[in-house]
Amino acid sequence: MKARVFITLKNGVLDPQGKAIHHALEGLGFSGVNDVRAGKMIELDLADGTSDAEIEEMCRKLLANTVIENFRIERLENA
Amino acid sequence: MKSAVIVFPGSNCDRDLAVALETVTGRKPAMVWHKDSELPDGTEFIGIPGGFSYGDYLRSGAMAARSPIMRAVRDAADRGVPVIGICNGFQVLTEAGLLHGALMRNSGLQYICRPVKVSVENSQTLFTNGYEQGEELLIPIAHHDGNYQADGEALDRLEGEGRVVFRYGEECNGSARSIAGIVNPNGNVLGMMPHPERAFEPAHGCTDGRRLFEGLLQTVA
Repeated sequence: MKARVFITLKNGVLDPQGKAIHHALEGLGFSGVNDVRAGKMIELDLADGTSDAEIEEMCRKLLANTVIENFRIERLENA
Repeated sequence: MKSAVIVFPGSNCDRDLAVALETVTGRKPAMVWHKDSELPDGTEFIGIPGGFSYGDYLRSGAMAARSPIMRAVRDAADRGVPVIGICNGFQVLTEAGLLHGALMRNSGLQYICRPVKVSVENSQTLFTNGYEQGEELLIPIAHHDGNYQADGEALDRLEGEGRVVFRYGEECNGSARSIAGIVNPNGNVLGMMPHPERAFEPAHGCTDGRRLFEGLLQTVA
């Protein structure tokens, strides 16, 4: 069973990397980009039966820094 | 004073910190590997050095904060043993939850390596009694992720409780309220991005960091 964890910066937390990407997009001539926020995605290959609670604990204990980041878990049941 | 320096894979200021501690205390610190689970008996001071522990994987300091030795560091900190985290050490302490907030990518996205003005905002801590209140120091920084951030309420609390110990005297990394160093509520855990151990001997170009170690020795010994 696979799960994906999407880690994003909380609203209001400054994102210098997102800003740099935004500038670069504008430099390439892409207009109409209002804002860019950068995050990361972590794919976990898990033993069958791993509970949501366990994945959440992994996120809270290591994968995300909940002072500045939010996380969202997506299960890929057929993967 | 019996001191210990924690060494992670990727630490690179551990020896500088050891030299500073040995010079001031007259005693070689124990170099404790991250996989150890215990500190030497009677450890009176713990230093977490700068560097790029675990290659900054996941987030700066994130992996180091979960290594076996950190449980012993946390226990010692809870008992009141003074702990200093410098640069990557500050990142490790925030990731370990021993200090509040987070060190994010510098606002200018550049790695910055130069001496900066740092003011002493609280000279009444274990670590700063060798300094005058409000004194301006020159201490090098060398980091990519030194942009200190916490929510507004937490920042107000840090300021109100005198826990902002060092503040930048010039713009460098975008830190909230120019915070360069903070202590925990008990005042025995200090995290700072500037490197006092690199401003220690005349050959370093400035020696303003030396009094931090001398002041600490006076408090602990």
